[in-house]
Amino acid sequence: MMHSLKQIFPRNDVIAFAILAVILAVVFPLTMDIFRLNLVGKYLTYAFVALGLVLCWGYGGILSLGQGIFFGLGGYCMAMFLKLEASSPENTAIQSTPGIPDFMDWNQLTELPWFWEPFHSLPFTLFAVIAVPTVFAFFIGVAMFKRRVGGVYFAIITQAIAAILTILIIGQQGYTGGVNGITDLRTFLGWDIRTDSAKYLLYFVNLVLLFVCLAIAQFVRKNKLGRILVAMRVREERVRFSGYDVSNFKIFVFCIGAMFSAIGGAMFTLQVGFMSPTFVGIVPSIEMVILCAVGGRLSIFGAIYGALLVNFAKTSFSETFPELWLFAMGALFISVVLFFPNGLASLYQQYVLPWVQAKFKRQPKAIATEQKAKTEVKSASQKTDDDDDSASLIAGARYEN
Amino acid sequence: MFADYSASELTAIFAMQGFAGLILFSVLVLMALGLAIIFGQMGVINMAHGEFMILGAYITYLTSNIFAEYMPSLFVGYFFVAMILAFGVTFLLGMAVEWGLIRFLYKRPLDTLLATWGLSLILQQLYRTIFGAREVGVSLPDWMMGSYALTDIIEVPINGIFVMVLTLVIALSVYWLMYKSGWGRQVRAVVQNRPMASAVGINTEKVDRITFGLGCGIAGIAGSAFTMIGSTGPTSGQLYIVDTFLVVVFGGAQSLLGTIASAFSISQAQSTMEFFLSGSMAKVLTLLFVVGILMLRPQGLFAMKIRH
Amino acid sequence: MKTNDFVLAVEGLTVSFDGFKAVNDLSLYVDEGEIRVIIGPNGAGKTTVLDLICGRTKSTEGSIKFRDKELTKMSEHEIVHAGVGRKFQNPSIYEDLTVFENLELSYPKGRSVFGALFFKRDQQVIDQVNEIAESIFLKDLLEQPAGLLSHGQKQWLEIGMLLIQKPDLLMLDEPVAGMSVAERRKTAELLKRITKGRSVIVIEHDMQFAEEIADRVTVLHQGKVLSEGSMERVQKDPKVVEVYLGH
Repeated sequence: MMHSLKQIFPRNDVIAFAILAVILAVVFPLTMDIFRLNLVGKYLTYAFVALGLVLCWGYGGILSLGQGIFFGLGGYCMAMFLKLEASSPENTAIQSTPGIPDFMDWNQLTELPWFWEPFHSLPFTLFAVIAVPTVFAFFIGVAMFKRRVGGVYFAIITQAIAAILTILIIGQQGYTGGVNGITDLRTFLGWDIRTDSAKYLLYFVNLVLLFVCLAIAQFVRKNKLGRILVAMRVREERVRFSGYDVSNFKIFVFCIGAMFSAIGGAMFTLQVGFMSPTFVGIVPSIEMVILCAVGGRLSIFGAIYGALLVNFAKTSFSETFPELWLFAMGALFISVVLFFPNGLASLYQQYVLPWVQAKFKRQPKAIATEQKAKTEVKSASQKTDDDDDSASLIAGARYEN
Repeated sequence: MFADYSASELTAIFAMQGFAGLILFSVLVLMALGLAIIFGQMGVINMAHGEFMILGAYITYLTSNIFAEYMPSLFVGYFFVAMILAFGVTFLLGMAVEWGLIRFLYKRPLDTLLATWGLSLILQQLYRTIFGAREVGVSLPDWMMGSYALTDIIEVPINGIFVMVLTLVIALSVYWLMYKSGWGRQVRAVVQNRPMASAVGINTEKVDRITFGLGCGIAGIAGSAFTMIGSTGPTSGQLYIVDTFLVVVFGGAQSLLGTIASAFSISQAQSTMEFFLSGSMAKVLTLLFVVGILMLRPQGLFAMKIRH
Repeated sequence: MKTNDFVLAVEGLTVSFDGFKAVNDLSLYVDEGEIRVIIGPNGAGKTTVLDLICGRTKSTEGSIKFRDKELTKMSEHEIVHAGVGRKFQNPSIYEDLTVFENLELSYPKGRSVFGALFFKRDQQVIDQVNEIAESIFLKDLLEQPAGLLSHGQKQWLEIGMLLIQKPDLLMLDEPVAGMSVAERRKTAELLKRITKGRSVIVIEHDMQFAEEIADRVTVLHQGKVLSEGSMERVQKDPKVVEVYLGH
């Protein structure tokens, strides 16, 4: 493993990492009260999902409309641990069966179900947060990609699985807390997660994890594997005839996306204090896709900004004009797809970056020529407009960042 | 779960639930037909298909109210008027959507998925603004209300039979339209070779637009049928899009017969299981079963082998 | 002759699409180091034969033995690993990547997921890419996005992507189709160079070009072998004349 760091982290990306870090770790904590900061923390848990989608969808061309599955599984694993801690026999002495979660008692359960047992242990819980969703994604991936199910079919089947899981969670109230989810979570190893200081700390834990995931994503996309994904998106068959087992790459990137989502889900539970089926189903899953699309499906940084922006907008809209939010959201879906298929990242590349570079006049030569070449690609690709969809994808390649 | 019932009781239960599932079957078939036509033509899933269905349902609701208010004597026949109106309005809206949105997104099926989802959000909010968030119900004319006693314990709802006959008529017309008429030939020509079809003088844009409108129009009729099994609310349609898509792929996207067969098996499975299990578990098992089958046979039950 | 004397032995190969037999009980043997050209009218099943050999289409019946390995049971990438390379009729390259990256992706190392994740661009890879780029006339365009290349250059690039895999059997589907006269000449020269010491199957419409490079020619018609032998012999075969000139 002698990758030169420079190859994985070129200068432009290092700057982008630094800017993001400053905004999230310095500017926000200094300018916001803990209520707002906690909200940002919540938004950032969706950014994990969006980041995973950049790799799956932007790079690999696999659109999953079921990322809520993994977000939810990760979140529920964490919630089960916290709920067991909150349901100690002392805390639940008034129940007919003390020592089990309150909703089980309400549903006439007299014993903790077997699959809840291991969640007494923190190491197991942390393991499960990652492993359960990833293994589930692996099985879905094997079943689908080995049989070459892709595109629209894959999108809808993942959506169907999200629907199934939601119905199951809601239907099995005694085991899952039903439609309310797992609520009233209090402490993490005796440490009260509802206090302001805990929220501060959790915000920064969340940030560290987000940057770890960003680094993983950067490593994946800047490697040969990232280039194979790009190649696969347009010329799947050629990749096969270059001797690659395409399905394995899809399974891998789908699992990575699931893992990121699961971490986000677990951090959501910790920061918000509950988990419910509303974060698992069809609607949240597809909303997570729009976060990624708004940021720019090819941009790992865009995913973070997209998640923040859309959710800020959602919160302020729902506070002032709740009835307008769905209109705005619908318009967002349509306009991003029609007018900005590469999201904010493309706007940044087209307008902000040239301005910044002109301002500072220290644009390295390499970038200038690279951009020239890429502009040429665009004009060339316009000439061969009938040459299937490669044109738009070449243009899309400009915004990878 | 069968142990508590005797054999004759079981037969009766299966028969009753089977007939009860007829309307669900009809709704699914009509929805799936519309979706399959659009999917076959453009390779995209119209995620707003459920909202088109609900539009049909709302129009049926409006028509019934207007008849009840102004023409009570004609109320017996309002349903036919409602269906025609439901078809017409959704057909026109479908064409408008194709013109304003879909035609820019050919060759980008995944993006179309997202864009039509956005459209569905907008339509939902529109319904909420116009009709309110509460669900509305439609009252049926008397002749459709009762049921016909087949034996002592088996009763067949009349509206179920009516809707099923209607569905068959529409399915046959669609079959005729797509496979026997000159227009259907044009559609198939466009699907198979767009530049060539265009070169021989077929107006491919018009074919696309009408096909999309037709798919939506059939969803509108499905909405009329839907008012008989459920009350209509702004988000009622969303629940159907996944089921409908599963029906389409389960049957094999190109096969009309397959679509009908798979709608039948899915609706019957669900309806029958609902009697023995809770509704949600019946749904889970049905969906799991379909997803399982699709993983084993992704091309659907009735697909052909196609040369590259 | 025993089967294992051949690089490739196709026997009784049949594939039917909905009852239509695109390839019908076809047998074909290719010698070590032989250049075989397949010709035939449109719809004769030429491309389908290549599809069957490289695993793109699954056969209904029959066997395909490559160096005693049965290819009909293997998936596409396994067939590539066994040493069969395939060039498509329309150039199939990665437009979003540079010429260098195109060739690098085709380099037979780091083909597993984790192999690709930890793949290192070492001197050996760079040298190989440079060497191949030189031979396919693209040495100066290594950093160009492949989408910018001309049609002919794309064809060369795809040939280069095959060469870097070092296949024992090379299958080319109309390698000079759509090329200018100058490009065509250069390609003929390129093909002559790269086919040395390799077994090659070429589908070609251009008779003159076929004659130039072929050791032996197979004429397909309606999914069956109509005639086989040297170009001269095949051209005199009355059955071939009938198919090409008759009706």
